[in-house]
Amino acid sequence: MGKKLPWMLLTPGLVLLVLFLALPLARIFLPTIFDGQLSFDHYINFFQDEYNMRIFVRTLKISVIAALISIVLGVPTAYFISRCGKAWKSILMALSMFPLLTNPVVRSFAWIVILGRTGVINTFLTSTGILQQPLTLLYTEFSILVGTIYLFLPIMIITLVGVMENIETDIVEAAETLGANKLIAFVKVILPLSVPGIIVGSVLVFTGSLTAYTTPQLLGGNRNMMMSTFIYQRAMSVGDWTGASVIAAIMVVTTFIVMKGMNKVAEKLDRREGQDA
Amino acid sequence: MRKNIGLTIISGLVFAFLFIPLLIIVITSFGEGSTITFPISGFTLKWYQNVFQSETFTASFKVSFQISMIATVLALLVGIPAAYALSRHSVRGKKLIKGFFLSPTVVPGIVVGYSLFQFLVISLRIPVFQGLLFGHFLISLPYAIRVIGSSLEQFDFSVEEVAWTLGCSKIKAFFKIVLPNITSGIFASFMLAFINSFNNIPVSMFLSGPGVRTLPTAILNYMEYYYDPTVSAVSVLLMIGTIVLMLLIEKTIGLSSVSK
Repeated sequence: MGKKLPWMLLTPGLVLLVLFLALPLARIFLPTIFDGQLSFDHYINFFQDEYNMRIFVRTLKISVIAALISIVLGVPTAYFISRCGKAWKSILMALSMFPLLTNPVVRSFAWIVILGRTGVINTFLTSTGILQQPLTLLYTEFSILVGTIYLFLPIMIITLVGVMENIETDIVEAAETLGANKLIAFVKVILPLSVPGIIVGSVLVFTGSLTAYTTPQLLGGNRNMMMSTFIYQRAMSVGDWTGASVIAAIMVVTTFIVMKGMNKVAEKLDRREGQDA
Repeated sequence: MRKNIGLTIISGLVFAFLFIPLLIIVITSFGEGSTITFPISGFTLKWYQNVFQSETFTASFKVSFQISMIATVLALLVGIPAAYALSRHSVRGKKLIKGFFLSPTVVPGIVVGYSLFQFLVISLRIPVFQGLLFGHFLISLPYAIRVIGSSLEQFDFSVEEVAWTLGCSKIKAFFKIVLPNITSGIFASFMLAFINSFNNIPVSMFLSGPGVRTLPTAILNYMEYYYDPTVSAVSVLLMIGTIVLMLLIEKTIGLSSVSK
């Protein structure tokens, strides 16, 4: 019984995962590389097509910029939260969590209301006479970027607070007593100690942006597709199932490479720090 | 600690960035105009009435609630024993198995949705409701494994062993000793899995069918045809739902136990 029991407990989950995850994935990916014989033609063709490449590059670009801006905005905010008193800290953490738990449709819809042709910004600019013609803000790469940052910034903040909380205030005070001003203390002491959190947060924001569906769907429109909206369009509007599977595979591989790569960087940094100490 | 002005200003702006858009939605939901405008003219509650009278929204809410509820409970029923086996017993290939259990979070939702669409809808022709259920079960399972796994790691299993030596059967010991000690973990994973399933779009997009769709995809669908404050009103109702759930979590196990 001793050996069999754990397997009995694991079996239902394993069976369901094979049935509803592994098998369906194999079913869509196999035809993209095996058609009587092994061939990567579908992938070669994908990357040789200028239109496809534009979508792929756009997706990467927006994901990288979203991660970078989330770092720039998230680091100071998280630092601020981590130095607050207990009551304020839990309020601000709850406020950061609220958008995260709110439906992505709602969060993207907000930016349609703000950026649209008759939206908040254009109404303001035209009614005050600053502009005669409304700006095209919605259905651009810009609107996808704003929506994406809006979607994932809270994750960066929450991740960073978790790391920064554990940095002893004594260290900062020591640096300040030794003559470092606040900014230098922050850059030389807090920032290096936060790097693991920044890496984890960036991976979450980057992979989240890379795979988000709702935001590019609502804020990008058909002219500014991202990989995820491209999959849906290929599959449901065009009925090109192999094409959709190829995009899906590229998305999975890209996500995987970035995650593994960043983890390697984090490990290296960890080891270096270990040697320093 | 003395507060730094620059830091305070940046943080203030970041929170303004996070909340002003949501506030604008709230305001537009009360506008009288037939399309969304800001600032609004007049004040009305008719858009809320519209939401409750709309067959699309009420029916899809019911579907969403049922799917998320059943899927989460199923995920817990399958996930609790698995998490227990993984933390209590030494199983060969434990790391690999755990990775496999968590993999639905690593594979992008849109890919999970598409592969299930091909498999369940195209190949097996499974009814829409069941298809949605399997999809949502899949995205809920990792939460059960991860959150309950970490609360089992905190549990001192020698207590369970004492129960065994005192003559308690293994099954009875599990229900009387182990389970009561991880209730907050179970609650946390239930809430997280439920919220994520309820909010999910990519999987539901692919698996929805004629007459059966979840609330978020119904809203998405509605927005393709209309740009009126009904969308604002339903958004506000969803935000109220989020607040209620957050209060519930805070009052029971504390919000900090789900943010980690």
